[in-house]
Amino acid sequence: MIRVELVSLLRSRRTWATIALVDALPVIVAVLLAVTDLGPRPGTGPAFLSAVLTDGTLYPLAALAIVLPLFLPIAVAVFAGEAIAGEAQQGTLRYLLLRPVGRTHLLIAKLVGVMAFVVLTVLVVAATAYLLGIGLLGHQSVTASAPGTASVSGTSLSTPELVARTFAALGYAMLCMLGVASVALFASTLVRSPLAAAMGALALLVGSTLLLTLDAADPLKPYLLTRYWLAFVDLFRDPILWHDLVRGVLLQLGYVVVFLGAAWANFATKDISD
Amino acid sequence: MKVIRTEGLTKRFGRITAVDGVGLDVREGDVFGFLGANGSGKTTTVRMLLGLVLPTSGTVEVLGEPMPARRASVLPQVGALVEGPAAPPHLSGRRHLALLDAAGPGSRRTGRAGRVDDALEQVGLGGVDRRPVRTYSLGMRQRLGLAAALMRRPRLLVLDEPTNGLDPAGIQEIRRLLLDLNAAGTTVLVSSHLLSEIERTCTRVGVLHAGRLVLQDDLASVCGPTGLLVVDTPDPHLAARLLVGRVEAVDGERLLVRDQDAASVNAALVGAGVPVRSLHAQRRSLEDVVLDATSRQAIA
Repeated sequence: MIRVELVSLLRSRRTWATIALVDALPVIVAVLLAVTDLGPRPGTGPAFLSAVLTDGTLYPLAALAIVLPLFLPIAVAVFAGEAIAGEAQQGTLRYLLLRPVGRTHLLIAKLVGVMAFVVLTVLVVAATAYLLGIGLLGHQSVTASAPGTASVSGTSLSTPELVARTFAALGYAMLCMLGVASVALFASTLVRSPLAAAMGALALLVGSTLLLTLDAADPLKPYLLTRYWLAFVDLFRDPILWHDLVRGVLLQLGYVVVFLGAAWANFATKDISD
Repeated sequence: MKVIRTEGLTKRFGRITAVDGVGLDVREGDVFGFLGANGSGKTTTVRMLLGLVLPTSGTVEVLGEPMPARRASVLPQVGALVEGPAAPPHLSGRRHLALLDAAGPGSRRTGRAGRVDDALEQVGLGGVDRRPVRTYSLGMRQRLGLAAALMRRPRLLVLDEPTNGLDPAGIQEIRRLLLDLNAAGTTVLVSSHLLSEIERTCTRVGVLHAGRLVLQDDLASVCGPTGLLVVDTPDPHLAARLLVGRVEAVDGERLLVRDQDAASVNAALVGAGVPVRSLHAQRRSLEDVVLDATSRQAIA
């Protein structure tokens, strides 16, 4: 079932259309920056964006910071929301279960499919951004003296260090999306309509983002889904600021365990009557 | 051997009891007709047999093993069509069958294309091309659903309204297919509203009414002769006089005669100069049986 799910994902035109759409935003931003040469002032706008005009190799991170808060999680919520509810609505869920595909196995296959989509999207975005970064944006390192890229703290990072930290950041972003996928997958086992499942996950996402701007919600903030999503920026400080990253990883794992557990508990004993 | 056996099978949805103490008994080699009005609990029962819906109480055994506990070993031997066929609209029928086959356990890639072709051939979709399922007619979808059920040469077929959307020629074709499969050893449980279809194909029937099994018997015994002969004659008065004491009713030119021996009645009538247009043993129709069983239940 996992193989079938991956093949279907890769052969689906919708997968590639979605990736292209997600990818389009950082492309547009890169082109605008290159044409106008107007970067946001340091400390404003999406993370890293002020630095990319001088150092294009940072653009994958800036691209990640552009798609991570809204674009990517919406796509993930739609894909994961459709996982079970979409099969149910289409009528194919009962035939998969009669084939028989075990219920737990089906959930795992669907989650693997969604995560494959996430990995693919993140890699495509990072790769495009890297090419755009070195092609269109700044070439010279911020610190002219030493070869390498400036960390957010101003010190210099060697290229291998930068690569390692960039991949760590991509991994962190994927983990954040696993959190969204878990919530949406749970919603997908709960309702009949794939749209409703996606909306449910998006409600949590939007709610979390909104509450983060509210001072009165301070006691809740450490537990909100999106609280530490942009903490991957801390990977580029010197030394790495682990506090938020560790909390972010633990929080996402918490969401994954709770919501996947709930999805499994619900789906494994559910009456399939559609 | 019992192919399907349920005891006290009950399903409640909240305060509604959809299926109430059903004890189904389907034997190897049966073509079992499962009848009941819409909302009588047929589909819920079928879903419980297949492990899609979990019973509130009671037990289910399919092919000698408890369901849903052993669904991993039971379901590979079962082909099913439940509440209409379903396939992703953007795939071709061939691709849908191949993917469905690949999705499950124990499916070898070698020979898959051949298995798909065989199943399509069996249901009369052999010539189907690469068009997506979205463009299929209702009848073609139905045939595709049947092909999916037949893919793994199941020992038991569970078919809900298998002839839905088919034209008369298609219905006949599928009926012949089911009878051939049955002759080759497949047990079939078929639910349908078309009583004439059930009457032609089934060896046993079960009737569900308001969640209860109100009748379960061999078709031959429930639809057997009533012990009456139907005599059609242009001279009913003379015939009635000759057969006095045995005539149950006269309806225009038709007489109902209580007698088992059609030949001697015929000889007596013709010998006495009564012209006989037709003479046959009266049988109960399945429709009468079903209406009778469900109305008795309604009163009780």
